[in-house]
Amino acid sequence: MAEVKTELMTLNMGPVHPSTHGVLRFQLETDGEIIHQCVPDVGYLHRSIEKIAEGLEYFQFMPFTDRVDYVAAINANHGWAVTCERMAGHAVPERGELLRVISAELVRLASHLVAVGSNASDMGAVTPFLHALREREKVNDLIEELCGARLTHNYVRIGGVSHDAPKGWTDKVLRFCDGFLPAVDEFDRLITFNRIFRARLAKVAVISAADAMAYGLCGPNLRASGVDFDCRRDDPYGLYPELSFKVPVGQGRLGTRGDCWDRFWCRVQEMRECVGLVRQAVERLPRSGPEFWNEKKVFKAPAGEYYVRTESARGELGYYVVADGGKQPHRVKIRTGSFAAMSITEPLARGLMIADLVAIIGSLDIVAPEIDR
Amino acid sequence: MEQWIAGLIAEHSLPGPVWAIQLGFMLVAAFLCIALYACLVAGLLTFAERRVAGKIQNRIGPNRVGPQGILQFVADGVKLILKEDIIPADADRPLFRLAPYLVATGTFLTLVVMPWGQRLVVSDLNVGVVYLVAVTSLVVAGILMSGWASNNKWSLLGGFRSAAQVVSYEVPTGLSLLTVVILSGSLSLSEIVAGQAGGGGILRWNLFHNPFAFLAFFVFFISALAENNRLPFDIPEAESELVSGYNTEYSGIRFGVFFIGEFATIWIVSGVATALFLGGWNFPGVPVDPRSFGGAALGTLVFLVKSFALVLLILQIRWTLPRVRVDQLMGICWKYLVPIAVFNVVMSAVWLVAFKGRGLYDLVAGLF
Repeated sequence: MAEVKTELMTLNMGPVHPSTHGVLRFQLETDGEIIHQCVPDVGYLHRSIEKIAEGLEYFQFMPFTDRVDYVAAINANHGWAVTCERMAGHAVPERGELLRVISAELVRLASHLVAVGSNASDMGAVTPFLHALREREKVNDLIEELCGARLTHNYVRIGGVSHDAPKGWTDKVLRFCDGFLPAVDEFDRLITFNRIFRARLAKVAVISAADAMAYGLCGPNLRASGVDFDCRRDDPYGLYPELSFKVPVGQGRLGTRGDCWDRFWCRVQEMRECVGLVRQAVERLPRSGPEFWNEKKVFKAPAGEYYVRTESARGELGYYVVADGGKQPHRVKIRTGSFAAMSITEPLARGLMIADLVAIIGSLDIVAPEIDR
Repeated sequence: MEQWIAGLIAEHSLPGPVWAIQLGFMLVAAFLCIALYACLVAGLLTFAERRVAGKIQNRIGPNRVGPQGILQFVADGVKLILKEDIIPADADRPLFRLAPYLVATGTFLTLVVMPWGQRLVVSDLNVGVVYLVAVTSLVVAGILMSGWASNNKWSLLGGFRSAAQVVSYEVPTGLSLLTVVILSGSLSLSEIVAGQAGGGGILRWNLFHNPFAFLAFFVFFISALAENNRLPFDIPEAESELVSGYNTEYSGIRFGVFFIGEFATIWIVSGVATALFLGGWNFPGVPVDPRSFGGAALGTLVFLVKSFALVLLILQIRWTLPRVRVDQLMGICWKYLVPIAVFNVVMSAVWLVAFKGRGLYDLVAGLF
């Protein structure tokens, strides 16, 4: 048979493409639908947040951390607050810590809802996405009552939180928790165990535990590959050591451990754990007491280098700070989960189809602002 | 309708040229009727789809234009007509312009043989089923053409996907139609429907004629979903993968024409399934008598209700299921549907020979 001369096709996926959720860009070399090479291109959402930090006082940087990860803003706030408190040996009242746990877990849950929902909608199932957003909307309402903001919350402060919970708020949180677990079960029936959905995600884009660690993946992406690591448990901060929760790890239940479905399933299970954490924290919340360490003193961190990591919705969110003893940090570097996740798309996508790349992006829960900061 | 036209011509017995002009006018009028009907149905279906989707997704859907928002499709149509018509640079302009109309024409032509009622068939062709399969192939030509002419790689991928998909799924569709043709002994849709009347109620329908016809219905329904590019088989326009597939570069009314074609196809697929498997205008207890106007209208109503039930099913499937991958789609077709369809055809033929053409109902009734 005569050889047909063919050449690879260069496809630009993004920065404006429906499944890149924001401004990701992949340059694909494809043979028809098969991807030969996938080059992720970052930098479309760079806002110099790390550089901005050098010109601000420690507490002034808080609203900027919202913009690092606007899908789970309180998680990013929390990380920065914990970093500053560790540097200066600052204490936080119990009420403040518990409100942090409640709000951070609610936001983590909301972020996972967006992740699993958009993963499903990328696979063509639009309805689960809307069901997920319906639940997220309830979280947004609760957080709005707490601090007035729905997206960029700017809620956590160095030494506590900005607002005390309004009257009756904790009851509303508990009511939400009661209604949420059945909603997750419904979500599972609707999409998680759907045959087509399983066929699309299971055994696709498997990340081995060694690869996951080598590429610096973190959070649910790391745990789905079987690495049992969670900053809340293994590098504890705040009140997390006193609360009990399970860390779901990928089991390869429907295919190979570390496939797209495992990552999806890890997030669904984590949402359930979040509800447990919220309930425990609400139970422990004292009737009254300060939510904020009101020390009328300028915050200064002693000179030195610090790296503090907390568990955000997308995994380890680390702040590396070089302090010179003044009111402002000398240098801040933020380590985020999405950047690491973006880097592994290149080896993962090789040999798969375009439709699989969409599944990979969705299952890794890549959030564009987190990549670039 | 043919007889009606012939009757009119005979009545007036006009001389040659006037007669020809009159026939020409009638053809144009008939085409306009079909096209208008198709547009109306497609428009109403877009409304139905959005309301069904709203119900499934905890929202309301369009409810502002007209009572309950039923005129939303008119507003959308006006909007699409008024929109700027953009043709991308370096596009193959003639093909780009032609493609949507080819898609719509392929769809509209199938309406010609659709037996909406005993007396409501535009033309009761004696090769109706073959005609149906033939004209729907025009659609894939249009889609491939639009994908190629757009000068956009995503559109091209969409066009290729569509070509592969429709060509593959025509096989199980055709084989399932063949099963019914074997049972009925006719290629005319009206005769196939008429053959499903009589005592026994719904058990007379081809669906319950024998177990293989029952299977054939599901094979037909699944492949028809795929031919129609509906979820879970909507890979040619998979919006999260191919932006919008073959119609990415289209805007204005050309974009609208694609959608009229797509939504009219939903209606047609349901109509064909109703006629071939679900007894068409027959329903136990409903006196459908072609001689009286009321009886004929009742028959049409039964047909419409049945096909609308199928339409609702298709809409709900769309909003419930995720999308299969392109290789899985081909796997479903060639590994499962085609063998099952071949099996159905062979076994139906064997059944006819073995039981002398009697259906399941006749056999069971014969026992008593």
